[in-house]
Amino acid sequence: MKYSLLNLVRNSFSYHENWQEAWSSPELKKEYDIIIVGGGGHGLGTAYYLAKEFGLKNIAVLEKGWIGGGNTGRNTTIIRSNYLWDESAALYNHAVNLWEGLSSELNYNVMFSQRGLFHLAHTVHDMQEITRRGYSNHLNGIDAEILDKEQVLKKIPYINGDGRYPIMGALLQRRGGTARHDAVAWGYARAAENLGVDIIQNCEVKGINITNGTVTGLETTRGSVKAKKVGLVPAGHSSVLANMAGFHLPINSVPLQALVSEPIKPILDCVIMSNAVHVYVSQSDKGEIVVGAGSDAYNSYSQRGSFDMIEHIMGPLVELFPIFSRLKMLRQWGGIVDVTPDRSPIIGKTPVENLFINCGWGTGGFKATPGSAHTFAETVATGEPSKMAAPFSIDRHYSGALVDEAAAAAVAH
Amino acid sequence: MFVIKCPYCGERDQTEFSCHGESHIARPENPNEVNDKEWGEYLFFRSNPKGIHYERWTHDHGCRQWFNVKRHTVTDKIIQTYTMGESKPEDNNV
Ligand SMILES: Cc1cc2nc3c(=O)[nH]c(=O)nc-3n(C[C@H](O)[C@H](O)[C@H](O)COP(=O)(O)OP(=O)(O)OC[C@H]3O[C@@H](n4cnc5c(N)ncnc54)[C@H](O)[C@@H]3O)c2cc1C
Ligand SMILES: [Zn+2]
Repeated sequence: MKYSLLNLVRNSFSYHENWQEAWSSPELKKEYDIIIVGGGGHGLGTAYYLAKEFGLKNIAVLEKGWIGGGNTGRNTTIIRSNYLWDESAALYNHAVNLWEGLSSELNYNVMFSQRGLFHLAHTVHDMQEITRRGYSNHLNGIDAEILDKEQVLKKIPYINGDGRYPIMGALLQRRGGTARHDAVAWGYARAAENLGVDIIQNCEVKGINITNGTVTGLETTRGSVKAKKVGLVPAGHSSVLANMAGFHLPINSVPLQALVSEPIKPILDCVIMSNAVHVYVSQSDKGEIVVGAGSDAYNSYSQRGSFDMIEHIMGPLVELFPIFSRLKMLRQWGGIVDVTPDRSPIIGKTPVENLFINCGWGTGGFKATPGSAHTFAETVATGEPSKMAAPFSIDRHYSGALVDEAAAAAVAH
Repeated sequence: MFVIKCPYCGERDQTEFSCHGESHIARPENPNEVNDKEWGEYLFFRSNPKGIHYERWTHDHGCRQWFNVKRHTVTDKIIQTYTMGESKPEDNNV
């Protein structure tokens, strides 16, 4: 059923009790043409674009828990595309372009809000970094404004510009902002199912069947299933899935955590990031102050962050926003993120024929969801890396052609 | 947060330490003789297990020594700590 004003009125006569389920719970079939492993935004989006853009049928998404229960539903929802290198700029900006039309494309409100994103600069080095990145953004057609201290304070009057972390300026991307993370998973799931995709929850992949170097199917907690092509999109569990297929990845899985405060009246109408002191903060539409912490330095699948990281983020946050010091933090949680050496994703083929992978998004892949899903769908459909995906192959770790966003932009999100 | 037993100083709070990734990765003896694939594997590819992990830590705010930790990556339980140069313990007693 299409979500529209007319249907809203119509359903009010039955007290909104007869809305059709957004997606159903079909049984796992014996065989599919394409199976996507991982029901996060990237996996569900991949299935959607495979059906929508490539007209493919007989597709399933297998999710071990509930859709969106991985990092898609655990992140701080920051969206931007002001990356330094051409390859990343193209990919992340493709995503922002798709974000702008996503709610109407999916007929589902993903609450994409382009409230603007400020990267603060506290030192001369920071100023040089944002200036270099801003100019590189201009060359790639990405909006970037380099602001001085006065302009920052005018926009965010209660930020502490002269404290321990004095503010010298900021890089502003007005097209950046936030979106409702769950709605992204739900919207893609509903739209994919409308195009005939089976979304199978509570179905964990336990083994990958390979014959003569070609993938033939999967072993799951709901039985065996055959597949002509398989796309792995399991985020924190990428190495676990790769191991099942007999290869290694240049990935470490580490916890990353976030916190939200009690809801308060609107106070912060943009996203603030500071790489130097590692603060990123925004206010949700419910009024909570959403704060992202740093990732832990050790490998873990525990899905909870370490205690000292909370202090590491709260100290600088309160220094920058003294007004937040009396806020009560209500909830804290962690996700397991798959981090690559250059902090860029891996999208493309694997050593196994017809087995593709889209992972390594680490601490910052929510913003890329539509772009990643779209370009991965092209890769799976054609069997060859799309033009946008090609620089992000596993092989770059052998050739040395890394897309080094870690060292270049020093950005977490 | 972990309580880590430094082989030199005894039990201390995790904040005194830093983690430096997987242990027991041998640098190829003759870097000029290995191909790009082998060198890439050595530099970047890690086992990243969901289970027992062997990793290197330093006691930064203590004795500043490097040592090894054997830890389970699901429970985060530290099973054993041992000095650099000691051989890798078996995967038993989880
Ligand atoms: C605290 C935190 C804050 C973050 N903040 C931001 C941010 O502000 N901006 C940003 O851009 N990014 C951010 N990120 C990163 C972002 O969340 C991820 O990069 C992105 O959501 C990854 O999406 P995904 O669909 O690939 O992964 P996921 O949503 O994790 O989906 C993968 C799915 O695969 C499933 N799966 C795994 N193994 C199996 C199996 N064997 N069988 C079946 N299913 C399996 C999992 O259950 C999971 O649902 C943050 C992450 C965290 C944890
Ligand atoms: Zn010590």
